[in-house]
Amino acid sequence: MSATLKRIPWWRDRRVVPWIVQAAVGLVLLLVITLLVGNLVRNLTAAGMLLSWRWLGQPASFDVAESLIPFDASMPYWRALLVGLVNSLRVILVGLVGATLLGTAMGMASFSGNGLLRRLARVYVEVIRNIPLLLQLLFWYFVVFLALPNGTAAFQLPGIVLSKSGLYLAWFAQGFSWQGPELVNGVWQAPLRLSVEFTALLTGLITYTGAFVAEVVRGGIASVSKGQWEAATSLGLHWSASMRSVVLPQALRVIVPGLNSQYISLAKNSSLAVAVGYVDLYSVSETTLNQTGRALEVFLLLLGSYLIIDLLISAVMNGVNQLVQIRER
Amino acid sequence: MQPSPRWLLALPLLLAFTLTGCADDSGSGGGVQSMKLSAIRGRDKLVCGVDGKLPGFSFLGPDGTYSGLDADTCRAVAAAVLGDPAKVEYRDLNSSERFAALASGEVDMLARNTTMTLSRDSAGGNGISFGPTTFFDGQGLMAPVASGIRTLKDLAGKPICVESGTTTELNLADRMREQGIAYTPLKFQTGDQTYAAYLGGRCVAVTSDRSQLAAKRSSFPKPDEHILLPEVMSKEPLTPASVNGDPAWADAMRWTVFALFQAEELGITKANVAAKVAEAKANKNLADLRRFLGVEGDFGKQLGLPADFVPKTIAAVGNYGEIFERNVGSGSPLKLERSENRLWSKGGLIYSPPFR
Repeated sequence: MSATLKRIPWWRDRRVVPWIVQAAVGLVLLLVITLLVGNLVRNLTAAGMLLSWRWLGQPASFDVAESLIPFDASMPYWRALLVGLVNSLRVILVGLVGATLLGTAMGMASFSGNGLLRRLARVYVEVIRNIPLLLQLLFWYFVVFLALPNGTAAFQLPGIVLSKSGLYLAWFAQGFSWQGPELVNGVWQAPLRLSVEFTALLTGLITYTGAFVAEVVRGGIASVSKGQWEAATSLGLHWSASMRSVVLPQALRVIVPGLNSQYISLAKNSSLAVAVGYVDLYSVSETTLNQTGRALEVFLLLLGSYLIIDLLISAVMNGVNQLVQIRER
Repeated sequence: MQPSPRWLLALPLLLAFTLTGCADDSGSGGGVQSMKLSAIRGRDKLVCGVDGKLPGFSFLGPDGTYSGLDADTCRAVAAAVLGDPAKVEYRDLNSSERFAALASGEVDMLARNTTMTLSRDSAGGNGISFGPTTFFDGQGLMAPVASGIRTLKDLAGKPICVESGTTTELNLADRMREQGIAYTPLKFQTGDQTYAAYLGGRCVAVTSDRSQLAAKRSSFPKPDEHILLPEVMSKEPLTPASVNGDPAWADAMRWTVFALFQAEELGITKANVAAKVAEAKANKNLADLRRFLGVEGDFGKQLGLPADFVPKTIAAVGNYGEIFERNVGSGSPLKLERSENRLWSKGGLIYSPPFR
């Protein structure tokens, strides 16, 4: 063998060729991106739509129906968007808790020894999860809640009044005195008032997501081997005790990752609020878009907000997932 | 389930701006260069953005055809540009989609009961180009007769239904703030939801343009039980619009609409337009009429339109007065008065600059 044969030319060298190919692909990609971004900027400039954020500081000049933070029409757009975000977070957080409670109860009920309860849970899941959410929201709002009577004819339970104008709950009034709803001049007053829009949206989101959570919980419980049930029973544990202390903790390992995507869906679905007149982030953004005409900016803000909310939910659920994993010792 | 189909709106907009280059298209002949006009001729169809759910303005009837004042504006422009009023493709747009649809070129023009405002017209705002106003409207309030509500003051502390995506929210907030009246605005995304909530008794009044309130009221189960309050909260000149940056196309649309006004002034109707053309052809002394109807001169060519665009348009939809009466006036269920929408010569605001 002569020395010349040992030297491989660079175009056949395994150490060089992949780098050249990678660089070529990278260059093409860069060119395409430059072209696209260049086009975007040029066309946006031509249409007078180049991104600008100055409008955020201008007065919003519109009112909102309900807000947890003080707001009036003279405050700037960013404040209005914040009001929407807070309202969205409010319905998402309460919805998450409600859907989890309802879903867990329904998921556990499908393993109950009581046949009626078991079938009820199955019917609930099958009916709710097979009807589009938007339809359900419109049903709850227009058919159920707007059909409620007002005033003295309102639906009353101790501490709770449900009427067309909203849900009135007993809560601590001034001086930590427990105070229930009362009728003043034909209008209900209570320390805690939820608008009928919020109540309808919440009901719709909880029942809808609850059905999916129930399935996730059912799947988790079913994944725990039968031997665990039998072992618990042979120790003399009652059904509810074996569920609580033996089966459910093990099922959580399967349940939590599934819950994550249901929670994310709930957060995204909350943007359907505008259909039932609840002032959420999407609803405020729509008005803002119309008054300012800054379509791209408003949509970027919206997309960013929902992305961050969902990533936060994911992060929290991943943390929870770590907690429920089996720790190897 | 998708959160809302409206989300997708931003996507085509972004894509359109990302993928389309800057094409230098030279327009059709006649010395008039317009990308839009040649695009419309190329596809032999005018794409017109309308509301589609508003009786009297644009409404999809049971026979699958659109009717209304806005729909007739689309037809008039199609007749002027393509010579055939049927060559219109209607696109139903809600109020938050309309400007993006126009800016991205999805529709050639809007005839969608759109109020002309500074921020929509200006290059720094929505940057669209408005034609002549085809309906002078104002924002009003409707309440059940039985509620006893007759003025804005009666609405203190009460919920009011508003449709989203219009200037109505802003006008309402402005008026209420002026008078120091607290109220609860209940905002819905579509007209259907807004009026369903109003009829469901969730709010004591509903606010919108007065023509729209009258139109919706005509479809209520019991129209007599609702009244329009006398208060007019704003000026709402409803105006067709085209995209900024194509002045030749904007001119063609503008003068087609002016031709409708001018025809009413000259007494030219759908029925007598053929006779008028014949009369103009026979009598050389009727110079004004001859120029207007394209018998002499080159007005059509100057606009990049056929020479006979005026008679074609009038033969297709009639003059402005006919369009008004047929769709929203005495010949319709709306029964609106002409009031501000009379010709200038009869004390109204409908006025066409001279065709010369």
